[in-house]
Amino acid sequence: MRMQVLRTTLLAMMLSACASAPRTSAEARANPRELSSREQALHVLNRLSFGPRPGDVDRVLATGVDRWIDRQLQPERIPDPALDALLKAYPVLRMSANELAEEFPPPGAALRQARQRGDTALAKGKRVELARASRSIVGEITSARVARASVSERQLQEVMTDFWLNHFTVFVGKGQLRYTLPDYERESIRPFVFGRFRDLLGAVARSPAMLQYLDNVQSVADSGRRVSESRRVARRDRQARSRQRGLNENYARELLELHTLGVDGGYTQQDVIDVARALTGWTVGPPRIGTQGFVFNPAAHDAEEKLVLGHRLPAGRGIEDGEEVLDILARHPSTARFISRKLAIRFVSDAPSDELVDLAADVFRRSDGDIREVVRAIVTSSEFFSRAAYRAKVKSPFEVVVSALRAVDARPDTTPRTAAVVAQLGQPIYGHQAPNGWPETSEPWMNTGAILSRINFGLALAAGRVPGASLRQWPAFDTLSRRSAKEQVAGVVEAFLGGVVSAETRDVLESGVNPLLARAGTDSTFAIMEPDSVASASSAARERRRRVAGTAGAPVRLSGLSQTVGLALGSPEFQRR
Amino acid sequence: MQRRVFLRDGALALLTIGLSPSFLRRTVFAQSLPQGQKGKVLVCLFQRGAADALNMVVPFGERAYYALRPTIAIPAPGRGDGPRGVDLDGFFALHPSLAPLVPLYKRGILAPIQAVGSPSSTRSHFDAQDYMESGTPDVKSTHDGWLNRLLAVRGTCEACAPSPFRAVSMTPQMPRMLEGPEPVIAMSSLGEFSVRTSGASVDRLEALYRSGSTDLVHGAGRDMFEAVRMLRAADPSRYAAAPGADYPRSPFALHLKEIAQLIKANVGLEVAFADVGGWDTHVNQGGASGALAARLDDFSRSLAAFVTDLGDRMEDVVIVTMSEFGRMARQNGTGGTDHGHAGAMFVIGGSVRGGKVLGRWPGLQPEQLYEGRDLALTTDFRSVFAEVVSRHMGAATLDRIFPGFAGEPSGWLGIL
Repeated sequence: MRMQVLRTTLLAMMLSACASAPRTSAEARANPRELSSREQALHVLNRLSFGPRPGDVDRVLATGVDRWIDRQLQPERIPDPALDALLKAYPVLRMSANELAEEFPPPGAALRQARQRGDTALAKGKRVELARASRSIVGEITSARVARASVSERQLQEVMTDFWLNHFTVFVGKGQLRYTLPDYERESIRPFVFGRFRDLLGAVARSPAMLQYLDNVQSVADSGRRVSESRRVARRDRQARSRQRGLNENYARELLELHTLGVDGGYTQQDVIDVARALTGWTVGPPRIGTQGFVFNPAAHDAEEKLVLGHRLPAGRGIEDGEEVLDILARHPSTARFISRKLAIRFVSDAPSDELVDLAADVFRRSDGDIREVVRAIVTSSEFFSRAAYRAKVKSPFEVVVSALRAVDARPDTTPRTAAVVAQLGQPIYGHQAPNGWPETSEPWMNTGAILSRINFGLALAAGRVPGASLRQWPAFDTLSRRSAKEQVAGVVEAFLGGVVSAETRDVLESGVNPLLARAGTDSTFAIMEPDSVASASSAARERRRRVAGTAGAPVRLSGLSQTVGLALGSPEFQRR
Repeated sequence: MQRRVFLRDGALALLTIGLSPSFLRRTVFAQSLPQGQKGKVLVCLFQRGAADALNMVVPFGERAYYALRPTIAIPAPGRGDGPRGVDLDGFFALHPSLAPLVPLYKRGILAPIQAVGSPSSTRSHFDAQDYMESGTPDVKSTHDGWLNRLLAVRGTCEACAPSPFRAVSMTPQMPRMLEGPEPVIAMSSLGEFSVRTSGASVDRLEALYRSGSTDLVHGAGRDMFEAVRMLRAADPSRYAAAPGADYPRSPFALHLKEIAQLIKANVGLEVAFADVGGWDTHVNQGGASGALAARLDDFSRSLAAFVTDLGDRMEDVVIVTMSEFGRMARQNGTGGTDHGHAGAMFVIGGSVRGGKVLGRWPGLQPEQLYEGRDLALTTDFRSVFAEVVSRHMGAATLDRIFPGFAGEPSGWLGIL
């Protein structure tokens, strides 16, 4: 096992050492890749990062594609001063759930306290203010997700964070769960994104966010079952038990179906029940809002014998039951395959080959679920660098927004506005209600409404309406402004579309004329105009007619270079990665 | 009139493009169908926050009602000072702010349903909304919404692709009820559904998506430009509601108005969704007037305007209103009501057998209350949805829309 890992690393290092030199035929045989070096550089930037910033492709080529991958796999060695500076803008991220609940109390709790004081009419203005403050933490949390993904040098780490937060999704709108989100991301997900799967699974299982989201906090041994500790049951627990009716299978089911084995992973309803029984007593400490974190409550734990996937869990135990269940699940072959396939879908294509999944699952099993090595196996495979995988993935809305911000080298926006744009495009951060998370495949992201929102986003960004993203800050803007239309298009294609587009797309960008569309525009692409320049009276009138009172954002008017950028961001090519 | 105008513009669009997307063919085809076979439409409206059923459909004939709610009960119909309930059948009355719905009740196209809701015992807004939208109470592992499953089950005719406006949610985000594999458009307003730039840029953007390639992204883009054109032909900015359709100036009314527009423009709408908040009345909810009365005023005037606006088209339309649960029978210490159990729904439509309050009344005596505190449930919400999608939308395989629900037609309320 170790040997295998070592060999892979050595091979990667050897390859990267000479990657910038012309490839020798021996090297090509050792690792046959269908993509040119430049395509490979773009490919890794699109898959292992949230897209290239200006100059990134050349930087990857200078480093060498394989060495760049290897570096991204070891984020702890990558200095990240821009990120460190950015995080100062988000005090909420460093706070515990308790601190947050104290600083921004939920309006309901404040109201109850006021009632207890006999103050039945907490002023309405005060209530509104409390509500706004308690929501503001969500704004910071979601804003930070976008800003970190766009500025961090540890791009693969951000991609993996996005992946695992989606795999172990929780919903911000459930009860008071929002207070636990900074804790969840900081303590339960981020430290483990390249760690052992068992450690990640365990951290999530003990997280107040997941325990609340999937109701394990309410799951107690069914009445009649022997519990681990019944001698002196605290009043609070007695109350809790009378209020709560017993076993809640919600977390157990999703733990098997969505977090580990997969729906066809070979478990039965009885396994779900026994896993739920094993996890009774895994809950959070008081206060309910905020919470001091994970506690095991023996008075709620079903201490009778259980049978999980053929393993007997003896009677009379406590927290060990749950830990053993997590051990069994993390080391189950179905888990190795399920996680490997999902990673391959994220990194390679919507339908990765069985060979690739087998290869990754094999690394998963042999390395005891070492996520770093599983990812390494996937992103250094020949299938990853195959022609078929190149630009085969459709970007999620989060990826569309972050990749566009990176392409123009935008300053990070520390307001919630850019995160709101991601939500408008259909992927509110921490906003997926059901526990299956956002789709990893392309098709669900592509439909009539989605493509329209994406095009409008591209236009808004080109018009300078996306916070932090100004074309004037885009390093190439000044230089290109003085060039010919053809050179402008080349520059835009280079920056936003990786330098390679179909002949048709280039034609449309250059001439504005499409042979397939007789009424295409005939404006001059050479004239440079500011984004807010006045459009012709006739089109303005047309726009006024089209506009409906009360809709967000007036139409943008673009010409010249900004129009070309708007078109590029709205093009089919930009929707892919 | 409206229809003919659209047909002409639609045909014009086809000529201009030189390509005929299948959903446009279908729309044009639909013009020539006899009235009876024209598209049926289901409009689902969600009152988020748990609307107080007992003050919407008021059981004034039940003495316990007044004992439970000393300061917020709605006065029984009859003579007296101030606003009072509007009598429906000698036992139930509508809240005075729901008076705009009374003509619909008298015409027999409105059926209030009392003591209806989810059999789940949860009093969490999140869980209860989740169950009402997934259509599977107490089962959290359902990933799609029942309206999306309805779309899948209902299918479309073989020769034609579905209209891009087949299912529209007038919400910024996709609601849980419509989540799933069938395509749905979610938008805050019709005006939002346009490419927001001027002519030349729009043409060039469209040109980018017309470049030969037939992959997923190009396909979605081409469909989108057709859909935008289709909507522009219906010209939402110039829409005037039918005479007498007096929509309030509220977001909810605007959503209903735009749904009416889509229905009248014949763009192939089958399912529409909108929601309206402000029902979580824990504090000072008021009685015949006050906070809840104001919410109900907007709600009922919007609905009444929508029905007037659609006129004869209401023959093809059924509206179902819902809320995740009702509120406690007894008022709380702050002039409001806390989370309860069963609630009330309204079903409105030309084919609705209304004019009476449906659902068995469970009573409000202490032993009749659910867990000693809430209105008990006598009708599962799935039984209402099942009857509507079956009799109105013609959906056959109900077990795919509501898996695990054994409600037989014999147990339906006879809404339609």
